[in-house]
Amino acid sequence: MNPGSMSSRTEVDQAHIRALVTSGKRKQLLFAIAGLTCTMIALLTLLAAFLQLLIDGLPRLSWDFLTNFPSRHATQAGILSAWVGSAMVMVVTMLAAVPVGVGAAVYLEEYAPRNWLTDLIEINVTNLAGVPSIVYGLLALGLFVYQFGFGESVLSAGLTLALLILPIIIVSTREALRTIPGNIREGAYAMGATRWQMVSNHLLPYSTGGILTGVILGMAEAIGQTAPIICIGALTFIAFLPDSPFGGSPPFINFSWLFSEFTVLPIQMYNWVSRPDKAFQLNAAAAGVILLAMTLLMNGLAIYIRYTVRKKIKW
Amino acid sequence: MSQSNSLAVSSGHLAPGTALRRAPFRHLKEKLIEFVLLGAALVAVFTTIAITVVLVYESLGFFEFVSLWDFLTGTVWTPLFAEPNYGVLPLISGTLTVTAIALAVAVPMGTTIAIYLSEFAPHSVREVVKPLLELIQAVPTIVFGYFALLFVTPLLQDTIMPGLAGFNMLAAGLVIGIATVPTIASLSEDAMRAVPMSVREGAYALGAHKLGVAWKIVMPSAISGVIAAYVLAAARAIGETMIVAIAAGQNAVFTFNPTEGAATLTAFIAQVSLGDLPHGSVGYRSIFACGLVLLVMTLVLNVIGHVLRRRYREAY
Repeated sequence: MNPGSMSSRTEVDQAHIRALVTSGKRKQLLFAIAGLTCTMIALLTLLAAFLQLLIDGLPRLSWDFLTNFPSRHATQAGILSAWVGSAMVMVVTMLAAVPVGVGAAVYLEEYAPRNWLTDLIEINVTNLAGVPSIVYGLLALGLFVYQFGFGESVLSAGLTLALLILPIIIVSTREALRTIPGNIREGAYAMGATRWQMVSNHLLPYSTGGILTGVILGMAEAIGQTAPIICIGALTFIAFLPDSPFGGSPPFINFSWLFSEFTVLPIQMYNWVSRPDKAFQLNAAAAGVILLAMTLLMNGLAIYIRYTVRKKIKW
Repeated sequence: MSQSNSLAVSSGHLAPGTALRRAPFRHLKEKLIEFVLLGAALVAVFTTIAITVVLVYESLGFFEFVSLWDFLTGTVWTPLFAEPNYGVLPLISGTLTVTAIALAVAVPMGTTIAIYLSEFAPHSVREVVKPLLELIQAVPTIVFGYFALLFVTPLLQDTIMPGLAGFNMLAAGLVIGIATVPTIASLSEDAMRAVPMSVREGAYALGAHKLGVAWKIVMPSAISGVIAAYVLAAARAIGETMIVAIAAGQNAVFTFNPTEGAATLTAFIAQVSLGDLPHGSVGYRSIFACGLVLLVMTLVLNVIGHVLRRRYREAY
């Protein structure tokens, strides 16, 4: 081999490598553009959905819209029974889901021995998160409405949504408990605390932020749920309110509202959107704006709490 | 005996452990609390059992009237007509068509976004995009249903498909696809970020370029998590109710043509539940049979996902 052919060989190799690098960089750039495009498409679709809802719905929003019952005349119809119903269902959901969800999380994180029962519970919590929401509705229809005899009531709806959001609360509570360092637990035991004293005086107060985040996210999920509530037979046209929970005479609190018929915001919206009349579809958009605003507000609150808690606590 | 007794009495409240003796039920209380907490955890197990029992029990009642064979092979679904037909295939074809469209949108888009966010995007972009994508997941699906019926369908009719029906599976599937993009993007990205940096660095040291590392190194390593994301997205698409109920129509038609409107399993359940069918009638029980089919479909999907994950799992 003479030196001349050697150098030309290297030049060929170098040219080849340069071509490879150039094509690699080009592919890289093309892919980055593709990634950005996909992201923009997803976000622009979201933006389009929001804008369309706002443009259609905002003109219909007024005080009367919030304080009127549904009506045959689109312009007089309102969402009073719907938002009152939603609020009542949410109260039941929260009262049922929070103690059970937090209790289950505390058990799994702090008490559970490593055995088949714990494994079974873990598998179920994971799998339940993947069950379609309408299946929860069928469960509630068979179990709460007919078997337990709760009827097509606020109570049935609240319990159904509670089961639905249970995995969300359990997962976020467990995450919050897991971030508390072990020496906090050991410290409490060293001072003679029992396990429950350790949990109730230390772990739960320290994980309030994380639990709250999970609860709010769960409630935001629950308030937009339509399918399971349709299943248990919520009505679409309700021109009355359930009894007030606070009576004028002793004992001042009554529970008949739990068994009252009801409707909720997303169902009112579904009812209006499925009518061919354009005026009712605008009503649906207005109800959608309120629903969306509440969901986004709750999600924002959850993000805010998560952020402030993360900044405040330093172990 | 008496001596030890008097000793305890004389030492009074100074004796260690007296406080414990004053709370004789302390141990019992602890046990009780543990049982209550166990009960809370068992709610998850009972929910699964209850779902299975309710669906199977009511479906058994349904199959007393309708043979399983007719149900699974019939192509006409008219349970509410005077002369009812109970062939579930039209509902299954609707469900599969919508799910296929949704996945055709969500899988490529979601995977691309995941790779982009995990391997290409600067930190600042990721910090903005991830929460925004999660926002899509938070939007109530009924809002997306409104969007599909009154924005996407008219848009398609005005631009590329003038003959599109007012209710059609295409618009519903496309919107479900967009709605499930964040599921795939977010979960896949988590899986890709869990791949150790040293693996990437090894590839770079051998002269690989960024896309090669992302596609040939990171993607195969993260495939287990990515498949889990696909399975969850498919399950979401199958179980999605409100978008199809609003935008895809209520007629059970045996077709795989996305430009037509057709009811899905979920849309049918919602439609029947809105009417007032008497408790215990065949029509009432038919929705539980549909629910059972839905549950079996999600179950099969999960098993497939589990097997695939096992086969392609990479552990570090």
